[in-house]
Amino acid sequence: MKLQSIQPGIQPGETLPPFTTEPISRHLLAMYLGASGDLNPIHVDIDFARKAGMPDVFAHGMLSMAWLGRLLVNWVPQERIRDFGVRFTAITQLGERITCSGTVTEVFEADGERRARLSIQTANEQGQVKLSGDAVVALS
Amino acid sequence: MLDRQYIGHRLQPYSVPVEAGRLRFFAKAVGEPNPIYRDEAAARLAGHPSLPVPPTFLFCLEMESPDPGEMRRLLGVDIARILHGEQRFTYHAMAHAGDVLTFEQRIADLYDKKGGALEFIVRETRVSNQRGEHVADLHCVTVVRNG
Repeated sequence: MKLQSIQPGIQPGETLPPFTTEPISRHLLAMYLGASGDLNPIHVDIDFARKAGMPDVFAHGMLSMAWLGRLLVNWVPQERIRDFGVRFTAITQLGERITCSGTVTEVFEADGERRARLSIQTANEQGQVKLSGDAVVALS
Repeated sequence: MLDRQYIGHRLQPYSVPVEAGRLRFFAKAVGEPNPIYRDEAAARLAGHPSLPVPPTFLFCLEMESPDPGEMRRLLGVDIARILHGEQRFTYHAMAHAGDVLTFEQRIADLYDKKGGALEFIVRETRVSNQRGEHVADLHCVTVVRNG
């Protein structure tokens, strides 16, 4: 297995290269519905969303978690991810540009590996946090 | 109220084939730029037997249950009233296109907050592959909005 070399000097405080998405469109949510197989109409059908008491359709939480997955695999090869979890703390709305970011909070040894614990999140342009979570990756 | 007798209830296990076309569509939808998630040759060059299943796609495969509404029906939950509260993946092995993954789901907990205005369904899922290897554990918290 060809592994991306990871600097031995990774320390708490180091940040993962962040990225910001395009504004979330209805088309993207329809694409994600098809790609994910999550057929809940609340994300694409405004009539259904309104009947459910929501002002409009809104993004799948798991679309944002997939973006955080991109953040992680851009930093380490996926086979090094040991654990990856989030809380969905606010609804991600249409039109928002979402920034995905992460920071190393701890470097530790477990199961014979050197691992990093990361704090990860998504937020809109106003800095409102939407997903907040953590991940553990193997460094060596 | 969610019937607490279902705490510990195991849903019907099922197996799902991992299809390369689904993985390509997913990579496109989420804007994944790394070619190993869409191009077989790039995946092999990176040491994978075929396209890897990206980190959150196990949740999508989990929804390929032959009876995706089983848990909601069992608990009497309306799909219009649910939100995703938490999701966690603990990984043990990579999965790839061509694998057949088995999902064993269990209702691990049911509880409420705010005097029952919000109820919570905790589901734990064990994922294994066609060789019997443990691929991952998924932990999902669904929030039910009552009233």
